[in-house]
Amino acid sequence: MTKIVVIGNGMVGYKFCEKLRQADPDKAFKITVFGEEHWPAYDRVHLSDYFTGSTAEDLLLAPSSWYEENDIVLRRNELVTEINREEKKVISHTGTEVPYDKLILATGSGAMVPPINGVEKKGVFVYRTLEDLEAIIDFGKNVKKAAVIGGGLLGLEAAKAVRDMGLETHVVEFAPRLMPRQLDEAGSSLLKSKLEDLGISIHLNKNTQQIKGNGKLSGLDFKDGSELPIEMLVISAGIKPRDELAKTCGLSYAERGGVVVNEYLQTIEDKDIFAIGEVASVQNMIYGLVAPGYEMATQVVNQLTGNKVKPFLGYDMSTKLKLIGIDVASFGDAFGINEPSTPIVYHNKNSGEYKRINISLDGKRLLGGILVGEASAYGMLLQMTQNNMPLPPNPEDLILGARGGKASTGAGVSDLPAEAQICSCENVTKGALCKIIEEDGLTKLDEIKACTKAGTGCGGCIPMVNDLLKSQLKAMGKQVKNTLCAHFEYSRQELLDIVKIKEIKSYDELLNQYGTGDGCETCKPAVASILASTWNELITKQDTIQDSNDRYLANIQKGGTYSVVPRVPGGEISPEKLMVIAQVAKKYGLYTKITGGQRIDMFGARVDQLPDIWEELIDAGFESGHAYGKSLRTVKSCVGSTWCRYGVQDAVSFAIEVEERYRGLRSPHKLKGAVSGCIRECAEAQSKDFGIIATEKGWNLYVGGNGGSKPQHAKLLINDVDSATCLKYIDRYLMFYIRTADPLTRTATWLNKLDGGIDYLREVVVNDSLNIGEELEREMAFKIETYACEWKEVVNDPKLRAKFQHFVNDDQGDPQVAFNEVRGQKAPVSWG
Amino acid sequence: MTTTTLLEKYKTTDHTKISTWFKAAPVSAFPENGGACVKYKDLQIAIYNFSRRGEWYACQNLCPHKMQMALSRGMIGSEKNEPKVACPFHKKTFSLQTGKNLNGDYCDIATYPVKVENGYVYVGFED
Repeated sequence: MTKIVVIGNGMVGYKFCEKLRQADPDKAFKITVFGEEHWPAYDRVHLSDYFTGSTAEDLLLAPSSWYEENDIVLRRNELVTEINREEKKVISHTGTEVPYDKLILATGSGAMVPPINGVEKKGVFVYRTLEDLEAIIDFGKNVKKAAVIGGGLLGLEAAKAVRDMGLETHVVEFAPRLMPRQLDEAGSSLLKSKLEDLGISIHLNKNTQQIKGNGKLSGLDFKDGSELPIEMLVISAGIKPRDELAKTCGLSYAERGGVVVNEYLQTIEDKDIFAIGEVASVQNMIYGLVAPGYEMATQVVNQLTGNKVKPFLGYDMSTKLKLIGIDVASFGDAFGINEPSTPIVYHNKNSGEYKRINISLDGKRLLGGILVGEASAYGMLLQMTQNNMPLPPNPEDLILGARGGKASTGAGVSDLPAEAQICSCENVTKGALCKIIEEDGLTKLDEIKACTKAGTGCGGCIPMVNDLLKSQLKAMGKQVKNTLCAHFEYSRQELLDIVKIKEIKSYDELLNQYGTGDGCETCKPAVASILASTWNELITKQDTIQDSNDRYLANIQKGGTYSVVPRVPGGEISPEKLMVIAQVAKKYGLYTKITGGQRIDMFGARVDQLPDIWEELIDAGFESGHAYGKSLRTVKSCVGSTWCRYGVQDAVSFAIEVEERYRGLRSPHKLKGAVSGCIRECAEAQSKDFGIIATEKGWNLYVGGNGGSKPQHAKLLINDVDSATCLKYIDRYLMFYIRTADPLTRTATWLNKLDGGIDYLREVVVNDSLNIGEELEREMAFKIETYACEWKEVVNDPKLRAKFQHFVNDDQGDPQVAFNEVRGQKAPVSWG
Repeated sequence: MTTTTLLEKYKTTDHTKISTWFKAAPVSAFPENGGACVKYKDLQIAIYNFSRRGEWYACQNLCPHKMQMALSRGMIGSEKNEPKVACPFHKKTFSLQTGKNLNGDYCDIATYPVKVENGYVYVGFED
């Protein structure tokens, strides 16, 4: 049995263990791992998530039990202090001695702390480990202003964390620009202005001379004479390989740090000692990303298990990340300096996008580039660079998209060569993915992730894996069908047709006749939505197939309480009704907040309180706002021509009419609308699923808009129509969407995927090209006629009311529910 | 109460060591193909009436992902014939037979034996 000792239980050390066990199912290797930290290996790449609610457990790459299950001895909280190469053993600070046949150094790196006067002061931190983070969070509670030294990748990550703590955030960088290794001047300056828009102050060209403060930190002094008053400092200015062990046992180390290894990752002096990850210096280079570290781990495993070994001769340092919501990517020869090249640059300060691609002088190859603000093309561009793929006739199409015509840019996943690396974290090629799809008959993304691990690291390649899966299945002649889940081999549209034609009214009926198994959390709510869209029956009749929010007709919130939103059509509300809301909120001790959709949300209601609360609201003339459902939410309005000196139509009256028309309408996803009384568009109608904007002659109708994470402007369907025509087209549009969209697909995504796009939709809705216009209107009329307030039904039915309780054997509410006070109102205690 | 101590209160009952059959509630208290929560001492136990399979299951009401008392409100279903529940918060799914987290690496949840006698539902404990 070969004895393996791994020093370091970080991401790369863990990956080594995982790969070795994978390649060695018979456990011919005895593995011992030393980790100096308290936690088993965790995801350092997503460390800043710790500030936004992720727990240490969330970040773990594998729980402690994984090591046991795989017969790996994990020695946590134990620092190796000596390597005895003669006797081939390591000795830890507790005196433990463990012999090895092969030794793997995966000690990683620590934070590089520049020699500034005062770094030892209280309030100065580095940003590297979970313990560092805990200390930062602890200290940060009592300060208001903090700075981060380092404007590189790591520094900006730290800045995000500090900002997430709610502190005034400053970034101090020595170089004249941010992310100097990845971005050029223009890209960096765009990133800077975007960060400043988010309230982060950026200080460039700053050489910190002194960290001031007497006991307590008070500020920074810079060489140019300026100063910055702060109370906390986080240093995240680079890494320093943890090579101290190598130094004491006579292994060579590089001048700039790191254990010197050859292309097989063996140390020069000792073929039985390997170094991988950030501690390894290969050809005088340290690789501070996780992907090359994983590749090193793989190659050492291959050597130990007698598999084919690829010498490690450098690694692509392309990277894409999201910094505080801003996409930043840098790939290949980002600066165009490795060979003569011509840059093509697109710089739009208005939309906040900077894109640069470097083209070879003969115009045939893409060498590298930079993307800031919008980086969706990164995956394809990187592939084109790495695989020397031919460029389209107008290479600018790569960053601008095809313009003027509808021709595609010709860069699709099917054009990639088999050796193209799709997942760089796990080094999975297109060929490997295609093979597994073909030979093992995999048809689902989850299966591919489980089999190949592709997409399980940073997740950046998932869209590409998905595209590949679809195109591969298509190429194999398999019909690519958007089946609902494992229990239904039908798409949502097919199921909706079945439900309608066969007059199926319950989930069980549909599952018995057209499905298999017992259903799941994917198909149950999807079918519930189809049934509600088709028959409009009270959803609480089949409460256990509803998502929790629909089951309890309220929105579940942290701590397990619910929020309550009565409908306020068009955002118009009388003082009397406002007083009712105030009284109810006061009586039940609810937190109140104005929503984005012009209504009032009351939070913190226990499940058993919901019927009582609604009884009072309904008595006062309120009805359900369906904030919990995949259904119409609100129709927002501006004040319109009644009051506004610019208004040309009565936006409020029309918004109320529209909202009441579609209230309770169940759809594949939530629906939002708005009506603006003039061209100034104060109701932001173009960001809604349907938006109506007044003109001198009537209304312009926009469809398929979206806010949220992927904002998209709605597209004009028709202009200058009267109110009745406008409603007719919304009827047809919404019903057409409800009939044909996939589950949980907003109208914007649906419209993007619709063949022919808005032009086709206009053909169907306005010109009635499918001859279904009247049918769609009839279906909508049925929904409008059969509308009933769900909460009214529940409040008046003792049997339904009885379902709203926490325990079925005790009248007590959930004893676990607890609140804090924030700004004079209640708030749930934050979760672990 | 800290996360760990709250979790530690829930221990899977060994079917061979049941010492108490707790009379939880009448069958009618549990919706078909769904769950409800019962209180036993200071424990919250989710009980599921999986009528489609003619089976009953019980587990801790506490979801180990974000420590929320919510599993009884989750949708139940099956994955390759293994009965499961999905937490309403983030759809983490757990096997109702083994308690294993089926779509992640969260710790197992405790499961308890259930029996139905004379219209009443009972949960088995070791204490």
